[in-house]
Amino acid sequence: MSVLFVLIGVSMLVAGGFLVGFLWAVKKGQYDDSYSPSVRILFDDHEKETQKVEREQTEKEKTTKKNHKS
Amino acid sequence: MAKMQQDTKNEICVHCGDDCGKHPVMWDDKAFCCNGCSTVYQLLHENELCTYYDFESNPGIKVESAKYKEKFAFLDEAEIAEQLYDFSEGDIRKISLYIPAIHCSSCIWLLENLSILNKGVLKSMVNFVKKEVSITFNSDQISIRALAELLSSIHYIPEITLDKLQEKQNKDVNKKLLYKIGIAGFCFGNIMLLSLPEYVPGSEYLESHFKDFFGMMNFFLVLPVFLYSGSDYLKSAFKAVKHRFINIDVPITLGILTLFFQSSFEIFTGTGSGYMDSLTGLIFFLLIGKWYQNRTYQALSFERDYRSYFPVAVSKMEAGEEVSIPIEKLKKGDIILIRNQELIPADSILTKGDAQIDYSFVTGESNPVFKEAGDQIFAGGKQMGSSIELTIEKDVVQSRLTQLWNQFEDENREASRLHSMIDRISKYFTAIIIAIGAFAGIYWMMNDVSKAVFAFTSVLIVACPCALALSAPFALGNTMRLMGRLGIYLKGSDVAEKLNSITTIVFDKTGTITQADEMKISFKGDQLTDEDIVAVKSLTRHSTHILSASLYEHFKDITPETVENYQELPSMGISGRVNNRDIKLGSAKFISEGIAESKSLTTEVYLSVDGNIKGHFTLSNQYRSGLSELIDSLSSKYDLHVISGDNDSEKENLLKLFPDASNIKFDQSPNDKLNYINRLKQKNKNVLMIGDGLNDAGALKSSDVGISIADDVYHFSPACDAILESSKFSQLARFLSISKKSIWIVKISFVLSFLYNFVGLYFAVQGVLSPIVAALLMPISSVSIVAFTTVTTNMIAKSKEFENISKNNNELTAIIKAKSVQLN
Repeated sequence: MSVLFVLIGVSMLVAGGFLVGFLWAVKKGQYDDSYSPSVRILFDDHEKETQKVEREQTEKEKTTKKNHKS
Repeated sequence: MAKMQQDTKNEICVHCGDDCGKHPVMWDDKAFCCNGCSTVYQLLHENELCTYYDFESNPGIKVESAKYKEKFAFLDEAEIAEQLYDFSEGDIRKISLYIPAIHCSSCIWLLENLSILNKGVLKSMVNFVKKEVSITFNSDQISIRALAELLSSIHYIPEITLDKLQEKQNKDVNKKLLYKIGIAGFCFGNIMLLSLPEYVPGSEYLESHFKDFFGMMNFFLVLPVFLYSGSDYLKSAFKAVKHRFINIDVPITLGILTLFFQSSFEIFTGTGSGYMDSLTGLIFFLLIGKWYQNRTYQALSFERDYRSYFPVAVSKMEAGEEVSIPIEKLKKGDIILIRNQELIPADSILTKGDAQIDYSFVTGESNPVFKEAGDQIFAGGKQMGSSIELTIEKDVVQSRLTQLWNQFEDENREASRLHSMIDRISKYFTAIIIAIGAFAGIYWMMNDVSKAVFAFTSVLIVACPCALALSAPFALGNTMRLMGRLGIYLKGSDVAEKLNSITTIVFDKTGTITQADEMKISFKGDQLTDEDIVAVKSLTRHSTHILSASLYEHFKDITPETVENYQELPSMGISGRVNNRDIKLGSAKFISEGIAESKSLTTEVYLSVDGNIKGHFTLSNQYRSGLSELIDSLSSKYDLHVISGDNDSEKENLLKLFPDASNIKFDQSPNDKLNYINRLKQKNKNVLMIGDGLNDAGALKSSDVGISIADDVYHFSPACDAILESSKFSQLARFLSISKKSIWIVKISFVLSFLYNFVGLYFAVQGVLSPIVAALLMPISSVSIVAFTTVTTNMIAKSKEFENISKNNNELTAIIKAKSVQLN
């Protein structure tokens, strides 16, 4: 039965971890604004049109290079 | 013909969603209502930020005129700027700016992509709830002034006012409460787990070393709850007793202390397992109730005073040069420059230029006052027209307007708390509980001495008014949120309670029962031709005078034409040439010496074309829709009063609405209004004051409940207990009845919690209160009270009456329109 002492110790540690997590989240201001994060997650990473073109070009070059190799 | 025009619908502005009228500004094949909107679109288009328009349709903000040019000049002052930063090191600065215009997900997106518009911005984050954006920027690349102007250029104008500078302290209060809840919750859960053996049959067979271990664990777990989470209750009760009164925290503290010491005693002597689970549960539930009550409207400010109305800085003339100076540094004798639409920050004397001062916000009088060099000008007025120079007479804090505020800074605060219903009850409650406990103790003393102390403490433990303390926060807190959804924002849940005891309602006139910026305009005289109307519209476009603005607004669909030889004579009128015709618009004297000024007190504007008098416009106040119904429904239950800063030109119309002529007062200065409220209060009336401007600020503050009415609740409203959306004005009677009903719910839940207490006391006085009964009774009573109050308050809100509000509203406006025609 003395294994109970160990188990209780472990369970307190685990629960304590969650408590610390909660306190940390409060401190970091995660509960300050409950609306904008829900919207923010839907935004695409911003990419300027010009950058997009550049990236597409480099990608094309890569694929053509690959094709050359093969 | 008219029908045809209606059929061809006008296009809607891509940026702000307004009607573009007949001549939209076209750019990139898209229609805009004004140049301002199209400029923002162009700016975003150039920077490839048009995703802005993808999240929401027409998300933009319309800004009537771009007058922010010099507005942020004061930010160049290092001293002012320093106060605004949250963080500053090297070139890196962090600042939080309040932007009332934030309203949708597009706003969040654009403001968080500010770095694309300017490389100096390193990071920007929006706090939607507070309508704040916190920006980290490199001060080498962009100055704070440039940043404010950048935000203004996309029509997100930051509001930087004096009281915002001083407001930064109470941010942490809410966080502290969350810490306390977290810790209490953690300890509560673990103690419940460790106490579980006590709840099941056969616990007496538990080996004693386990019992001791669990007991000690419980004791150590309860310490942080007792010392940290529950400390506010202990402190508050201690304070109350010290000041010789009893609030709800006194019986709670009594319960907490008895629970703690009784349980500790049992644990250390090994006589029992204590009631630690009840103790932590009690504090945990109480804290949740507190948190629920504290969730108020963060983006709204109920504490605003003159400081948020005044600019942060003004232009001071020093040796012929303009210097921006913070207004608290203004001294007697300083010469300041005030431009068009700027505020006069202190009582002063006009030294240069002609002033046309609009005191509407201070006195309620809507017509501007003309002043010449040498005249005295009081703080709070707004200059309309050209720039003027003033010499300061008194310091800002000593001016007539600001003194009105300072005289009741601290009054009332403490006193009003005392009268809350729950505190009144707790006085008797505490006395009764102690009496019952003592009675039980004495009874057992005579019969079975070993049970005496236990019976006494059991009574205190079980009678701890947890459910009682929870019922008001939950019922009123929920009512407050429901009212917020309907358009009235209360400062705190105690306001919902105070609304219930109102006996007298005092209305301000201008801006409260009348619409501030809309006037009823009619024309008397010769039939106006289309050409005349165009001329009036074109002429009024150039003037900042309030009457011109009203006339300009009145002729919405007319396109103005160019005006030659435009002239404006202060307090006389305006003249100019439109389509080769000389147009004069103004007072009777201005148009022709010949015509007599009419005796009526309504405002009249005369019009002449090529020297021929055409007639005059009559401008009168437009009453809010739903007013007469509201008055009808209120007059049976409440005493109604009207106090106005204006002259009595509207007396006839008001008399038709309000039954009692003696309750209508005109020409009231801000101080008169304040005294009027105080006189009513001396007659033991509970006064509800409804006003809108600085001139009502004194009255709003001294009344029992001050409601300020606002078109845009995020913009300026004087200090008050509640902010009412002006469109919801007609539902005032409904709001009062909701508060009445919610007080009933609180009373019913009081009765319920007393019933629980009786059950508990039944065990307690017999000296047989087991930890399990205490542990079960407490959460059951709390949870059921919370469930009861939230469900019933929601039911009030969902009842058919409320669903009908919006429907009725539309019907009402139609009726009112018909009625208001009869009125005039």
